[in-house]
Amino acid sequence: MRALLICGLLAAAPVFGQPSAPSATELSVTDPARQQALIRIVRQDCGSCHGMLLTGGLGPALTREALADIPFDVVLASIVHGRPGTPMPGWKTLLSVADATWIAQQLQSGFPQEPKSRP
Amino acid sequence: MIASLFRALRLSSPFAMLALLGACASAPPPTAPMRGTGDLGLVVGRADGTLTVVDTSARSALGTIPGLGDLSHASLVYARDGATAFVFGRDGALTRVNLLARRIEARIQQAGNSIGGAISQDGTLVAAQNYQPGGVKVFDARTLQLVADIPASFDAPGEPAKRSRVVGLADLPGKRFIFSLFDANQIWIADLSQGGAPVLTKFLDVGRQPYDALVTPNGRHYIAGLFGEDGLALIDLWEPQPKVRRILGGYGRGQEPLPVFKMPHLRGWAVAGRLAYLPAIGRHEVLVVDTQSWQEVARIPVAGQPVFVMAQPDGRQVWVNFALPDYHRVQVIDTLSQSVVKTLEPGAAVLHLEFTPRGDTVWISSRDANRVSVVDTRNFATLAQLTVPAPSGIFFTSRAARMGF
Repeated sequence: MRALLICGLLAAAPVFGQPSAPSATELSVTDPARQQALIRIVRQDCGSCHGMLLTGGLGPALTREALADIPFDVVLASIVHGRPGTPMPGWKTLLSVADATWIAQQLQSGFPQEPKSRP
Repeated sequence: MIASLFRALRLSSPFAMLALLGACASAPPPTAPMRGTGDLGLVVGRADGTLTVVDTSARSALGTIPGLGDLSHASLVYARDGATAFVFGRDGALTRVNLLARRIEARIQQAGNSIGGAISQDGTLVAAQNYQPGGVKVFDARTLQLVADIPASFDAPGEPAKRSRVVGLADLPGKRFIFSLFDANQIWIADLSQGGAPVLTKFLDVGRQPYDALVTPNGRHYIAGLFGEDGLALIDLWEPQPKVRRILGGYGRGQEPLPVFKMPHLRGWAVAGRLAYLPAIGRHEVLVVDTQSWQEVARIPVAGQPVFVMAQPDGRQVWVNFALPDYHRVQVIDTLSQSVVKTLEPGAAVLHLEFTPRGDTVWISSRDANRVSVVDTRNFATLAQLTVPAPSGIFFTSRAARMGF
Protein backbone atom coordinates (compact mmCIF):
# COMPACT_ATOMS: atom_id res chain seq x y z
CA MET A 1 0.00 0.00 0.00
CA ARG A 2 2.85 2.32 0.84
CA ALA A 3 4.41 1.61 -2.51
CA LEU A 4 1.15 2.67 -4.10
CA LEU A 5 1.13 5.87 -2.13
CA ILE A 6 4.56 6.95 -3.23
CA CYS A 7 4.45 5.79 -6.81
CA GLY A 8 4.09 8.64 -9.22
CA LEU A 9 6.05 11.03 -7.07
CA LEU A 10 8.48 11.60 -9.88
CA ALA A 11 5.73 12.54 -12.27
CA ALA A 12 4.68 15.53 -10.17
CA ALA A 13 5.59 18.79 -11.80
CA PRO A 14 6.40 22.05 -10.05
CA VAL A 15 3.78 24.61 -10.92
CA PHE A 16 3.45 27.33 -8.36
CA GLY A 17 2.63 30.55 -10.09
CA GLN A 18 0.52 32.58 -7.70
CA PRO A 19 1.28 36.07 -6.52
CA SER A 20 1.24 35.02 -2.88
CA ALA A 21 4.05 32.54 -3.41
CA PRO A 22 6.88 34.85 -4.29
CA SER A 23 8.58 33.79 -7.54
CA ALA A 24 8.48 30.21 -6.43
CA THR A 25 8.67 28.39 -9.69
CA GLU A 26 12.21 29.21 -10.67
CA LEU A 27 13.78 28.96 -7.24
CA SER A 28 15.49 25.80 -6.11
CA VAL A 29 14.59 24.48 -2.71
CA THR A 30 18.20 25.08 -1.69
CA ASP A 31 17.60 28.79 -2.14
CA PRO A 32 16.91 30.53 1.22
CA ALA A 33 14.15 32.62 -0.37
CA ARG A 34 12.33 29.50 -1.52
CA GLN A 35 12.74 27.97 1.90
CA GLN A 36 11.23 31.07 3.51
CA ALA A 37 8.29 30.86 1.10
CA LEU A 38 7.77 27.20 1.97
CA ILE A 39 7.92 27.96 5.70
CA ARG A 40 5.23 30.56 5.21
CA ILE A 41 3.08 28.20 3.15
CA VAL A 42 3.29 25.49 5.80
CA ARG A 43 2.74 27.78 8.79
CA GLN A 44 -0.02 29.85 7.22
CA ASP A 45 -1.75 27.73 4.60
CA CYS A 46 -1.25 24.20 5.91
CA GLY A 47 -1.86 25.95 9.23
CA SER A 48 -5.49 26.59 8.36
CA CYS A 49 -6.15 22.91 9.05
CA HIS A 50 -3.08 21.82 11.03
CA GLY A 51 -2.74 25.01 13.10
CA MET A 52 -0.16 27.73 12.77
CA LEU A 53 1.83 26.01 15.49
CA LEU A 54 1.20 22.68 13.71
CA THR A 55 -0.45 21.32 16.83
CA GLY A 56 -3.41 20.07 14.83
CA GLY A 57 -6.94 21.07 13.98
CA LEU A 58 -9.13 19.41 11.41
CA GLY A 59 -5.85 17.88 10.29
CA PRO A 60 -3.56 16.04 12.70
CA ALA A 61 -0.64 17.57 14.58
CA LEU A 62 2.53 17.86 12.49
CA THR A 63 4.99 18.45 15.29
CA ARG A 64 8.24 16.50 15.40
CA GLU A 65 6.86 14.41 18.25
CA ALA A 66 3.63 13.67 16.39
CA LEU A 67 5.54 12.53 13.29
CA ALA A 68 8.30 10.65 15.09
CA ASP A 69 7.06 7.16 14.28
CA ILE A 70 5.71 7.84 10.82
CA PRO A 71 7.98 6.75 7.94
CA PHE A 72 9.39 9.57 5.87
CA ASP A 73 7.92 8.14 2.68
CA VAL A 74 4.45 8.25 4.19
CA VAL A 75 4.82 11.89 5.18
CA LEU A 76 6.13 12.75 1.73
CA ALA A 77 3.40 10.82 -0.07
CA SER A 78 0.74 12.47 2.09
CA ILE A 79 1.96 15.89 1.03
CA VAL A 80 2.29 15.07 -2.65
CA HIS A 81 -0.78 12.89 -3.15
CA GLY A 82 -3.02 13.72 -0.22
CA ARG A 83 -4.79 11.21 1.98
CA PRO A 84 -7.87 9.70 0.34
CA GLY A 85 -10.94 9.68 2.54
CA THR A 86 -9.73 12.70 4.49
CA PRO A 87 -9.76 16.43 3.66
CA MET A 88 -5.98 16.34 3.01
CA PRO A 89 -5.47 17.23 -0.67
CA GLY A 90 -2.48 16.31 -2.77
CA TRP A 91 -0.26 19.36 -3.19
CA LYS A 92 1.47 18.23 -6.37
CA THR A 93 -0.06 21.00 -8.43
CA LEU A 94 1.36 23.61 -6.07
CA LEU A 95 4.61 22.07 -4.82
CA SER A 96 7.45 20.29 -6.59
CA VAL A 97 8.67 16.94 -5.26
CA ALA A 98 11.82 18.71 -4.12
CA ASP A 99 9.67 21.22 -2.21
CA ALA A 100 7.62 18.46 -0.63
CA THR A 101 10.74 16.49 0.27
CA TRP A 102 12.24 19.52 1.99
CA ILE A 103 8.99 20.17 3.87
CA ALA A 104 8.75 16.53 4.99
CA GLN A 105 12.34 16.61 6.21
CA GLN A 106 11.77 19.84 8.13
CA LEU A 107 8.54 18.55 9.67
CA GLN A 108 10.24 15.44 10.94
CA SER A 109 13.07 17.40 12.48
CA GLY A 110 10.87 20.17 13.94
CA PHE A 111 9.54 22.77 11.54
CA PRO A 112 11.27 26.18 11.45
CA GLN A 113 9.48 29.28 12.74
CA GLU A 114 8.60 32.17 10.50
CA PRO A 115 10.83 35.16 11.13
CA LYS A 116 9.02 37.77 13.23
CA SER A 117 8.27 40.79 11.14
CA ARG A 118 5.77 43.54 11.58
CA PRO A 119 5.02 45.85 8.69
CA MET B 1 -4.05 2.63 9.96
CA ILE B 2 -2.07 5.81 9.43
CA ALA B 3 -5.03 7.87 10.59
CA SER B 4 -5.16 6.06 13.90
CA LEU B 5 -1.44 6.50 14.28
CA PHE B 6 -1.82 10.23 13.74
CA ARG B 7 -4.62 10.34 16.27
CA ALA B 8 -2.72 8.38 18.85
CA LEU B 9 0.19 10.75 18.58
CA ARG B 10 -1.73 13.97 18.79
CA LEU B 11 -0.56 16.20 21.61
CA SER B 12 -2.50 16.16 24.80
CA SER B 13 -2.92 19.40 26.63
CA PRO B 14 -3.54 20.51 30.18
CA PHE B 15 -6.83 22.17 30.96
CA ALA B 16 -5.80 24.23 33.89
CA MET B 17 -7.86 27.32 34.47
CA LEU B 18 -6.04 30.59 34.51
CA ALA B 19 -7.30 34.10 34.73
CA LEU B 20 -5.38 37.00 33.35
CA LEU B 21 -7.01 40.22 34.38
CA GLY B 22 -6.10 43.69 33.34
CA ALA B 23 -3.76 42.92 30.47
CA CYS B 24 -3.89 45.90 28.19
CA ALA B 25 -1.53 47.70 25.90
CA SER B 26 -3.21 50.54 24.11
CA ALA B 27 -6.06 51.44 26.42
CA PRO B 28 -8.03 54.58 25.57
CA PRO B 29 -7.02 57.76 27.34
CA PRO B 30 -8.89 58.36 30.62
CA THR B 31 -10.54 61.44 29.16
CA ALA B 32 -11.96 59.54 26.18
CA PRO B 33 -15.49 60.74 25.43
CA MET B 34 -18.38 58.34 25.87
CA ARG B 35 -19.26 56.58 22.67
CA GLY B 36 -21.42 53.77 21.37
CA THR B 37 -20.11 50.56 19.90
CA GLY B 38 -22.39 50.12 16.86
CA ASP B 39 -19.65 51.14 14.47
CA LEU B 40 -16.84 49.18 16.09
CA GLY B 41 -15.30 45.86 15.20
CA LEU B 42 -12.37 43.54 15.80
CA VAL B 43 -9.81 42.26 13.31
CA VAL B 44 -7.91 39.09 14.21
CA GLY B 45 -4.15 39.32 13.76
CA ARG B 46 -3.08 35.76 13.12
CA ALA B 47 0.64 36.21 13.33
CA ASP B 48 0.98 37.87 16.70
CA GLY B 49 -2.11 36.94 18.71
CA THR B 50 -3.46 40.49 18.67
CA LEU B 51 -6.91 41.94 18.06
CA THR B 52 -7.18 45.32 16.36
CA VAL B 53 -10.17 47.43 17.35
CA VAL B 54 -11.52 49.27 14.32
CA ASP B 55 -13.97 52.14 13.85
CA THR B 56 -16.05 51.60 10.72
CA SER B 57 -17.21 55.23 10.59
CA ALA B 58 -13.73 56.73 10.74
CA ARG B 59 -12.38 53.72 8.79
CA SER B 60 -9.43 53.55 11.11
CA ALA B 61 -7.85 51.44 13.83
CA LEU B 62 -8.44 52.63 17.38
CA GLY B 63 -5.93 50.40 19.09
CA THR B 64 -4.98 46.83 19.79
CA ILE B 65 -5.62 44.14 22.37
CA PRO B 66 -2.59 41.80 22.58
CA GLY B 67 -2.05 38.58 24.44
CA LEU B 68 -4.65 36.34 22.79
CA GLY B 69 -2.35 33.37 22.08
CA ASP B 70 -2.62 31.20 18.96
CA LEU B 71 -5.18 32.91 16.78
CA SER B 72 -4.83 30.76 13.69
CA HIS B 73 -8.43 30.06 12.75
CA ALA B 74 -9.71 32.25 15.56
CA SER B 75 -13.30 33.40 15.67
CA LEU B 76 -15.37 35.40 18.09
CA VAL B 77 -18.92 36.24 19.08
CA TYR B 78 -20.36 39.37 20.65
CA ALA B 79 -22.39 39.81 23.79
CA ARG B 80 -25.59 41.73 23.19
CA ASP B 81 -24.03 44.89 24.67
CA GLY B 82 -21.92 45.10 21.52
CA ALA B 83 -18.93 45.97 23.68
CA THR B 84 -17.89 42.55 24.93
CA ALA B 85 -16.52 39.81 22.70
CA PHE B 86 -15.69 36.17 23.37
CA VAL B 87 -12.66 34.98 21.41
CA PHE B 88 -12.08 31.31 20.63
CA GLY B 89 -8.43 30.54 19.92
CA ARG B 90 -6.94 27.56 18.13
CA ASP B 91 -5.03 26.74 21.31
CA GLY B 92 -8.28 26.13 23.21
CA ALA B 93 -8.31 29.45 25.04
CA LEU B 94 -11.54 31.35 25.60
CA THR B 95 -10.97 35.05 26.17
CA ARG B 96 -13.46 37.80 27.00
CA VAL B 97 -12.37 41.22 25.79
CA ASN B 98 -13.89 44.69 26.06
CA LEU B 99 -13.72 46.86 22.94
CA LEU B 100 -14.14 50.20 24.68
CA ALA B 101 -11.58 49.52 27.40
CA ARG B 102 -9.53 47.62 24.83
CA ARG B 103 -8.45 45.00 27.26
CA ILE B 104 -8.78 41.37 28.24
CA GLU B 105 -11.36 40.91 31.01
CA ALA B 106 -11.00 37.17 31.55
CA ARG B 107 -9.26 34.25 29.92
CA ILE B 108 -9.43 30.51 30.47
CA GLN B 109 -7.82 27.50 28.86
CA GLN B 110 -10.85 25.34 28.10
CA ALA B 111 -9.55 22.72 25.66
CA GLY B 112 -6.48 21.60 23.76
CA ASN B 113 -7.68 22.58 20.32
CA SER B 114 -10.68 24.71 19.55
CA ILE B 115 -12.37 25.85 16.37
CA GLY B 116 -14.98 28.43 17.35
CA GLY B 117 -18.04 29.14 19.41
CA ALA B 118 -21.48 30.62 19.83
CA ILE B 119 -23.47 32.68 22.32
CA SER B 120 -27.00 31.85 23.47
CA GLN B 121 -30.01 33.87 22.38
CA ASP B 122 -30.31 35.48 25.83
CA GLY B 123 -26.60 36.16 26.04
CA THR B 124 -26.04 34.21 29.24
CA LEU B 125 -24.19 31.19 27.85
CA VAL B 126 -21.11 30.89 25.67
CA ALA B 127 -20.35 27.58 23.97
CA ALA B 128 -17.02 26.47 22.50
CA GLN B 129 -16.67 23.74 19.89
CA ASN B 130 -13.54 21.68 20.27
CA TYR B 131 -11.47 19.31 18.18
CA GLN B 132 -9.53 18.07 21.13
CA PRO B 133 -10.97 16.74 23.27
CA GLY B 134 -13.85 16.48 20.78
CA GLY B 135 -16.99 18.06 22.13
CA VAL B 136 -18.72 21.24 23.24
CA LYS B 137 -18.20 23.11 26.48
CA VAL B 138 -20.69 25.68 27.71
CA PHE B 139 -19.71 28.55 30.01
CA ASP B 140 -21.44 31.24 32.01
CA ALA B 141 -20.87 34.37 29.91
CA ARG B 142 -20.40 36.51 33.02
CA THR B 143 -17.97 34.36 35.00
CA LEU B 144 -16.61 31.94 32.38
CA GLN B 145 -17.42 29.16 34.83
CA LEU B 146 -18.07 25.81 33.18
CA VAL B 147 -21.82 25.12 32.94
CA ALA B 148 -21.84 21.95 30.84
CA ASP B 149 -19.30 19.62 29.26
CA ILE B 150 -20.70 17.68 26.29
CA PRO B 151 -18.26 15.05 24.98
CA ALA B 152 -18.95 14.24 21.32
CA SER B 153 -18.77 10.51 21.96
CA PHE B 154 -19.94 7.94 19.48
CA ASP B 155 -19.38 4.29 18.76
CA ALA B 156 -17.07 3.84 15.80
CA PRO B 157 -16.42 0.35 14.43
CA GLY B 158 -13.96 -1.21 16.84
CA GLU B 159 -13.67 2.03 18.79
CA PRO B 160 -16.47 2.43 21.32
CA ALA B 161 -16.90 5.88 22.89
CA LYS B 162 -14.58 7.51 20.38
CA ARG B 163 -14.77 11.30 20.40
CA SER B 164 -15.53 13.30 17.28
CA ARG B 165 -14.23 16.66 16.27
CA VAL B 166 -17.05 19.20 16.46
CA VAL B 167 -17.85 21.75 13.74
CA GLY B 168 -20.72 23.99 12.69
CA LEU B 169 -21.79 25.15 16.16
CA ALA B 170 -24.65 27.66 16.16
CA ASP B 171 -27.09 29.13 18.65
CA LEU B 172 -30.79 28.29 18.46
CA PRO B 173 -33.67 30.07 20.20
CA GLY B 174 -34.19 29.15 23.83
CA LYS B 175 -30.75 28.40 25.25
CA ARG B 176 -30.05 25.70 22.71
CA PHE B 177 -26.97 25.01 20.62
CA ILE B 178 -26.72 22.87 17.49
CA PHE B 179 -23.51 21.37 16.12
CA SER B 180 -22.11 18.70 13.79
CA LEU B 181 -19.79 15.78 14.50
CA PHE B 182 -17.25 15.55 11.67
CA ASP B 183 -16.07 12.03 12.52
CA ALA B 184 -19.46 10.61 13.49
CA ASN B 185 -21.70 11.90 10.67
CA GLN B 186 -24.11 13.23 13.28
CA ILE B 187 -25.81 16.48 14.25
CA TRP B 188 -26.70 17.18 17.88
CA ILE B 189 -28.86 19.74 19.62
CA ALA B 190 -28.03 20.56 23.25
CA ASP B 191 -30.91 22.15 25.16
CA LEU B 192 -29.77 24.03 28.27
CA SER B 193 -33.07 25.73 29.01
CA GLN B 194 -33.95 23.50 31.95
CA GLY B 195 -30.80 24.02 33.98
CA GLY B 196 -28.95 20.92 35.06
CA ALA B 197 -27.55 18.55 32.48
CA PRO B 198 -28.14 19.53 28.85
CA VAL B 199 -30.83 17.57 27.04
CA LEU B 200 -29.37 16.14 23.84
CA THR B 201 -31.20 15.39 20.60
CA LYS B 202 -29.11 13.41 18.13
CA PHE B 203 -29.53 13.08 14.38
CA LEU B 204 -27.62 10.07 13.04
CA ASP B 205 -26.30 9.30 9.56
CA VAL B 206 -26.70 12.86 8.31
CA GLY B 207 -24.15 12.33 5.52
CA ARG B 208 -20.41 11.81 5.37
CA GLN B 209 -18.07 14.24 7.12
CA PRO B 210 -20.08 17.37 7.90
CA TYR B 211 -17.37 20.06 7.82
CA ASP B 212 -19.23 23.24 8.76
CA ALA B 213 -22.77 24.47 9.05
CA LEU B 214 -25.00 27.47 9.40
CA VAL B 215 -28.35 28.41 10.83
CA THR B 216 -30.65 30.72 8.87
CA PRO B 217 -31.30 34.21 10.26
CA ASN B 218 -34.73 33.18 11.57
CA GLY B 219 -33.35 30.12 13.32
CA ARG B 220 -35.52 27.78 11.30
CA HIS B 221 -33.08 25.86 9.12
CA TYR B 222 -29.72 24.30 9.91
CA ILE B 223 -27.58 23.35 6.94
CA ALA B 224 -24.41 21.28 7.24
CA GLY B 225 -22.00 21.02 4.32
CA LEU B 226 -20.65 17.54 3.66
CA PHE B 227 -17.04 16.95 2.74
CA GLY B 228 -17.38 13.23 2.12
CA GLU B 229 -20.15 13.42 -0.44
CA ASP B 230 -21.86 15.79 -2.85
CA GLY B 231 -24.72 17.40 -1.01
CA LEU B 232 -25.74 19.15 2.19
CA ALA B 233 -27.77 18.05 5.20
CA LEU B 234 -30.81 20.19 6.05
CA ILE B 235 -32.94 20.23 9.20
CA ASP B 236 -36.18 22.23 9.49
CA LEU B 237 -36.12 23.04 13.19
CA TRP B 238 -39.68 24.37 13.18
CA GLU B 239 -41.14 20.96 12.43
CA PRO B 240 -42.68 19.15 15.43
CA GLN B 241 -40.35 16.22 14.80
CA PRO B 242 -37.33 17.67 12.98
CA LYS B 243 -35.50 15.30 10.67
CA VAL B 244 -32.54 15.45 8.33
CA ARG B 245 -32.97 15.61 4.60
CA ARG B 246 -30.39 15.81 1.88
CA ILE B 247 -30.29 18.80 -0.46
CA LEU B 248 -28.28 19.33 -3.63
CA GLY B 249 -27.40 15.65 -3.63
CA GLY B 250 -24.95 14.66 -6.34
CA TYR B 251 -24.10 18.23 -7.30
CA GLY B 252 -20.69 17.04 -8.48
CA ARG B 253 -22.42 14.96 -11.16
CA GLY B 254 -19.90 12.19 -10.75
CA GLN B 255 -16.95 14.27 -11.86
CA GLU B 256 -13.62 13.91 -10.10
CA PRO B 257 -13.48 16.65 -7.45
CA LEU B 258 -10.75 19.27 -7.65
CA PRO B 259 -8.35 19.47 -4.71
CA VAL B 260 -9.66 21.58 -1.82
CA PHE B 261 -6.72 23.47 -0.34
CA LYS B 262 -8.89 25.15 2.26
CA MET B 263 -12.24 24.12 3.69
CA PRO B 264 -15.15 26.43 2.90
CA HIS B 265 -16.91 28.19 5.76
CA LEU B 266 -20.66 28.24 5.91
CA ARG B 267 -21.28 30.66 8.76
CA GLY B 268 -21.90 33.93 7.05
CA TRP B 269 -25.04 32.59 5.46
CA ALA B 270 -25.60 34.07 2.04
CA VAL B 271 -29.31 34.46 1.57
CA ALA B 272 -30.65 36.96 -0.89
CA GLY B 273 -34.40 37.09 -1.22
CA ARG B 274 -35.56 33.49 -1.25
CA LEU B 275 -32.28 32.18 -2.67
CA ALA B 276 -29.29 30.86 -0.75
CA TYR B 277 -25.75 30.83 -2.14
CA LEU B 278 -23.52 27.98 -1.03
CA PRO B 279 -19.95 26.94 -1.83
CA ALA B 280 -19.50 23.70 -3.76
CA ILE B 281 -16.80 21.32 -2.49
CA GLY B 282 -14.15 20.39 -5.05
CA ARG B 283 -15.79 22.47 -7.74
CA HIS B 284 -15.17 26.06 -8.66
CA GLU B 285 -18.83 26.94 -8.37
CA VAL B 286 -21.33 28.66 -6.13
CA LEU B 287 -24.55 26.67 -5.83
CA VAL B 288 -27.82 28.58 -5.72
CA VAL B 289 -30.73 26.95 -3.95
CA ASP B 290 -34.35 28.02 -3.49
CA THR B 291 -35.07 28.15 0.25
CA GLN B 292 -38.76 27.32 -0.28
CA SER B 293 -38.34 24.16 -2.33
CA TRP B 294 -34.65 23.49 -1.52
CA GLN B 295 -34.08 22.72 -5.18
CA GLU B 296 -31.01 23.89 -7.07
CA VAL B 297 -31.87 26.83 -9.31
CA ALA B 298 -28.44 27.79 -10.64
CA ARG B 299 -24.74 27.22 -10.34
CA ILE B 300 -22.34 30.06 -10.93
CA PRO B 301 -18.77 29.44 -12.17
CA VAL B 302 -16.23 31.35 -10.07
CA ALA B 303 -12.46 31.83 -9.97
CA GLY B 304 -11.58 29.04 -7.56
CA GLN B 305 -12.71 26.89 -4.64
CA PRO B 306 -15.09 29.21 -2.73
CA VAL B 307 -14.35 29.65 0.98
CA PHE B 308 -16.74 32.38 2.13
CA VAL B 309 -19.88 33.13 0.13
CA MET B 310 -21.47 36.14 1.78
CA ALA B 311 -24.50 38.22 0.90
CA GLN B 312 -24.52 41.96 1.33
CA PRO B 313 -27.04 42.89 4.03
CA ASP B 314 -29.48 43.98 1.32
CA GLY B 315 -28.98 40.79 -0.68
CA ARG B 316 -28.20 42.74 -3.84
CA GLN B 317 -24.77 41.19 -4.33
CA VAL B 318 -22.94 38.13 -3.03
CA TRP B 319 -19.20 38.29 -2.37
CA VAL B 320 -16.92 35.28 -2.67
CA ASN B 321 -13.33 34.59 -1.67
CA PHE B 322 -11.28 31.51 -2.48
CA ALA B 323 -8.89 28.85 -1.30
CA LEU B 324 -5.30 28.98 -2.47
CA PRO B 325 -3.95 29.25 -5.09
CA ASP B 326 -6.75 31.63 -6.10
CA TYR B 327 -6.96 33.57 -2.85
CA HIS B 328 -5.67 36.85 -4.20
CA ARG B 329 -9.09 37.38 -5.76
CA VAL B 330 -12.55 38.36 -4.58
CA GLN B 331 -15.53 38.02 -6.90
CA VAL B 332 -18.90 39.74 -6.75
CA ILE B 333 -22.06 38.00 -7.92
CA ASP B 334 -25.06 40.03 -9.05
CA THR B 335 -28.13 38.32 -7.61
CA LEU B 336 -30.44 39.42 -10.40
CA SER B 337 -28.34 38.11 -13.29
CA GLN B 338 -26.76 35.26 -11.21
CA SER B 339 -23.38 36.06 -12.69
CA VAL B 340 -20.02 37.43 -11.64
CA VAL B 341 -19.94 41.15 -12.33
CA LYS B 342 -16.65 42.13 -10.72
CA THR B 343 -13.31 40.58 -9.82
CA LEU B 344 -11.15 42.41 -7.28
CA GLU B 345 -7.55 41.81 -6.27
CA PRO B 346 -7.27 43.55 -2.91
CA GLY B 347 -3.97 41.97 -1.84
CA ALA B 348 -2.47 38.52 -1.46
CA ALA B 349 -4.16 35.82 0.62
CA VAL B 350 -7.68 37.15 1.16
CA LEU B 351 -8.97 35.34 4.25
CA HIS B 352 -12.22 37.05 5.19
CA LEU B 353 -14.74 39.75 4.41
CA GLU B 354 -17.29 41.55 6.54
CA PHE B 355 -19.97 44.11 5.70
CA THR B 356 -20.68 47.25 7.67
CA PRO B 357 -24.15 46.93 9.22
CA ARG B 358 -26.16 48.39 6.34
CA GLY B 359 -23.81 47.17 3.65
CA ASP B 360 -22.31 50.41 2.36
CA THR B 361 -18.81 48.99 2.59
CA VAL B 362 -17.14 45.61 2.76
CA TRP B 363 -13.91 45.14 4.70
CA ILE B 364 -11.51 42.60 3.22
CA SER B 365 -8.47 41.10 4.98
CA SER B 366 -5.39 40.29 2.89
CA ARG B 367 -3.09 38.24 5.07
CA ASP B 368 0.10 38.40 3.04
CA ALA B 369 -0.33 42.07 2.22
CA ASN B 370 -0.77 42.88 5.94
CA ARG B 371 -3.75 44.93 4.88
CA VAL B 372 -7.45 45.41 5.48
CA SER B 373 -9.18 47.12 2.56
CA VAL B 374 -12.43 49.07 2.87
CA VAL B 375 -14.34 48.77 -0.40
CA ASP B 376 -17.47 50.61 -1.53
CA THR B 377 -20.07 47.96 -2.37
CA ARG B 378 -21.73 50.11 -5.06
CA ASN B 379 -18.77 51.22 -7.17
CA PHE B 380 -16.02 48.91 -5.82
CA ALA B 381 -13.73 51.85 -5.04
CA THR B 382 -11.18 51.30 -2.29
CA LEU B 383 -12.04 53.92 0.31
CA ALA B 384 -9.35 53.14 2.87
CA GLN B 385 -6.61 50.67 3.69
CA LEU B 386 -5.55 49.75 7.21
CA THR B 387 -2.22 48.15 8.06
CA VAL B 388 -2.77 45.10 10.26
CA PRO B 389 -0.16 42.32 10.60
CA ALA B 390 -1.43 39.11 8.95
CA PRO B 391 -5.14 39.93 9.32
CA SER B 392 -7.69 37.12 9.17
CA GLY B 393 -11.23 37.28 10.57
CA ILE B 394 -13.09 40.61 10.66
CA PHE B 395 -16.00 40.84 13.11
CA PHE B 396 -18.26 43.88 13.46
CA THR B 397 -20.43 44.42 16.53
CA SER B 398 -23.61 44.21 14.43
CA ARG B 399 -23.16 40.43 14.76
CA ALA B 400 -24.37 40.83 18.35
CA ALA B 401 -27.94 41.18 17.09
CA ARG B 402 -27.90 38.29 14.61
CA MET B 403 -28.81 34.69 15.30
CA GLY B 404 -26.22 32.25 14.08
CA PHE B 405 -23.38 34.77 14.33
